Amino acid sequence: MESLVWGYVYPNEAEIQWSILIVLYPYITGLVAGAFIASSLYHVFGNKEIKPVARFALLTALAFLCVAMLPLLAHLGNPLRGIEIMFTPHLTSAMSGFGYIFSFYFIVVVLEVWLAFRVDIVKTALNSRGWKELLYSALALFSYDISEKALEADEKLGKKLAIIGIPSAAFLHGYVGFIFGGIKANPWWSTPLMPIIFLMSAIVSGIALLILLYLIVIKIKKYPLNYNTLYSLAHYLWIFLIVDVVLELLEIISMKYEALEEIEIIEHLLAEKIAFTFYGIQLTMGALIPFILLLLVGVMKNRDKLKVVMVTISSVFIVIGVFAMRWNVVIGGQEISKSLAGTLTYEPVFFGQEGVLLAIIILILPLIILRVITYILPPWKDMIEENEEAVVSSE
Amino acid sequence: MKLSRRDFTKIGSKIVIGAATGPVIIDALVKKAQASESSPDGDYDWNKHYWGYVVDTTKCIGCGRCANACKRENEVPFDEPVYRTWIERYRKLKDGEMKIDSPNAGIDGFTDDIPEEEINKAFYVPKICNHCENAPCVQVCPVGATYTTNDGVILVDFEYCIGCRYCIQACPYGARYFNLEKGTADKCTWCYHRITKGLLPACVQACPVGARKFGDLKDPESIVNKILDKERINVLKPDLGTKPKVYYLGLDREVR
Repeated sequence: MESLVWGYVYPNEAEIQWSILIVLYPYITGLVAGAFIASSLYHVFGNKEIKPVARFALLTALAFLCVAMLPLLAHLGNPLRGIEIMFTPHLTSAMSGFGYIFSFYFIVVVLEVWLAFRVDIVKTALNSRGWKELLYSALALFSYDISEKALEADEKLGKKLAIIGIPSAAFLHGYVGFIFGGIKANPWWSTPLMPIIFLMSAIVSGIALLILLYLIVIKIKKYPLNYNTLYSLAHYLWIFLIVDVVLELLEIISMKYEALEEIEIIEHLLAEKIAFTFYGIQLTMGALIPFILLLLVGVMKNRDKLKVVMVTISSVFIVIGVFAMRWNVVIGGQEISKSLAGTLTYEPVFFGQEGVLLAIIILILPLIILRVITYILPPWKDMIEENEEAVVSSE
Repeated sequence: MKLSRRDFTKIGSKIVIGAATGPVIIDALVKKAQASESSPDGDYDWNKHYWGYVVDTTKCIGCGRCANACKRENEVPFDEPVYRTWIERYRKLKDGEMKIDSPNAGIDGFTDDIPEEEINKAFYVPKICNHCENAPCVQVCPVGATYTTNDGVILVDFEYCIGCRYCIQACPYGARYFNLEKGTADKCTWCYHRITKGLLPACVQACPVGARKFGDLKDPESIVNKILDKERINVLKPDLGTKPKVYYLGLDREVR
C-alpha cells in the first residue's frame, strides 16, 4: 500500500473512489452522443453520403444508451436508492439533472428510431403472420398509415426531433464533462473547457465507432463498401478530431503557462503517473497518428485499399485514445491528492462490483443489444441501396 | 426481626409493582434519551446556535488523542484508513524539503524517523471537517442527503445517501470518506449528538493542551469568539471560497 503513495496524501484518500466503471460511463455516453450526431449529419443536415449508415448509427446510439446507466448503478453504494435522483433531485448538484437529461434523451432517440423505421415496421407487420405480425403491429402501435401524406408528416416530425436531439446529445455529454469540470477541489478537473472537450471527444469516438461497425458489417454481410460514405465519415472524423485535440492541448498549455499553485503536482501527474496513457495513448496514438492518416486519406487520390486501411487504423486508434482520455481525466484526477503534495495509484481489480470484468461485460453488452435491435429493425438495405434519392420507395 | 403479614404484603407488592413498572420507566427514559440524540428537538433549539471551531496549531503536540477519541466516540472503523479527524506533521528539512506525514492519522503518535539535526522546523496541524458555510459537498449531493443544519453543521443522512461519492470528490480538504458498511458517504459531525446536549466534541474534550476549541459563534462570550475577536486567524484554502468554520491560529503557508 505504502509504495503506491508518493509524497503526502490526506489519510482519507488511501482509496480511489471512482473506479474503472466511472471511466466507462462518460466513454459510453460519448459513443452514444457521437453516433447520434453522426446520424444527424444525414437526418438534419441532409448529407446524403452519410445516408447508408444514418439509421444504423441511430440504432448504435440506442444500443449504447441502453447500458449507459449500468456502470453508474453498479458503482453506487446503495443502488436501490439511485431512483431518488429522479424523485428528489437536489438542484444545486451538477449530477442531479442526470436522470432527467438521460430519460429525455432516451425518449428522443427511441422516437427517432421509431420514425426512421416506421415504414419498415408497418410493411413487416402487414406481410407477416403469427407472433411476428403481433410483434411488428405492436411496434407500429397498430397504426398502419404509410400514405405519402403520413410519411411527409413523419419526416417533418423526424427532422424536428433530430433538431431537438442534437442539443440534447450535446447537453447529455457536455453535462457529463461539467460533472468533472465543476469540481473546484480538483485542479486536474476544474476547467470550463471540460464540457466542450468531453463533447468533442465524444463526437470523435462515436464517428470512429460507427466507421468500425460499418466496416465490420460490410465484411460480415459481404456488401460492397460505399467509399463515399466511408470518406465522408473520415472527413468529419478528421475535423472533429482537430477541434478536440486543440482544446485538449489548450487546457494543458494554459495550465502549464499560468503555473498556479497546483502546477507542481500536475507536472508530477503527467510525468510519473499518466505519462504513457496521456502522451502515449491519448495524444500520440489517439490524436497525432489518426490526424496524419486521415489527412492523407483526404489528399490522396485513388489507392482505395490503402485508404480503407488507414481509416480503419485511425478509427481503432481513436476509439482507444478516447478511452485513454476518459481514463486520464477520471483516474488521473483522483491520482493526485487534494493536499497537492502527493499522488496515489489506482489498482484495478478484475472481479467484483467495480472490477475490470464487469467493465468488459458492460462494454460488450451494447454490441449484443445492437445485434438484437438490428435483427428486429434491420437497417441493412440502406447500405446496399444504390439510388440515393429513394428514401423508402425502393421496395 | 419478625415481619407481620401486613408488612410482608406491603413489601411484596412494592417489589412486584417495581419489577413491573421499572423496566417500563427505564425504557421510556432510554428512548427519550435516544430521541434527543437523533434529533435536535427537546430542549435544544438549533436556531439559537451557530457552531465554530478553532485550532491553535502552536499548541498541538501530535499526541493523537483527538483522532483516537473521535474513532471511539463515533464508531469509525478502527482498522480501516478512514478518519473524521487527523493530525498532520510538517517537518521543514535543512535542505529546504518539506516532509508531511500523518501515519494512521496520528492516532498512534509520531516516530522520529528523521534525525533532529536535519530538521529546521517542525509543527503539527490538526485537521477536521471545516463545516464550510459554502460547502461544496452539500452543493454537489444529487439527492440532498448531505445538508447543513441551522446551527451550521454539515451532516449526512445515512438513510438517504445513494453512495455516489460525488461529495467525497468535491471536498477540497479530504474530510469525507466512504463508509463501506453503510454504503454511504461519512464524515465528522462535530459530535452533533454531544454538542446538542451541551457537551464538547470528543476531539476537543480529549485534547490535553487545548489546541482544539469549540464554541458558539452566536454567543459573544464563547471561547471561539474571544479568539476570533483578538487573534489573527486563517482558514484552509481560503481561495476556494468555501468559507470554513474551522479557524486556524499559526497556520503555515505550506499547509493545504
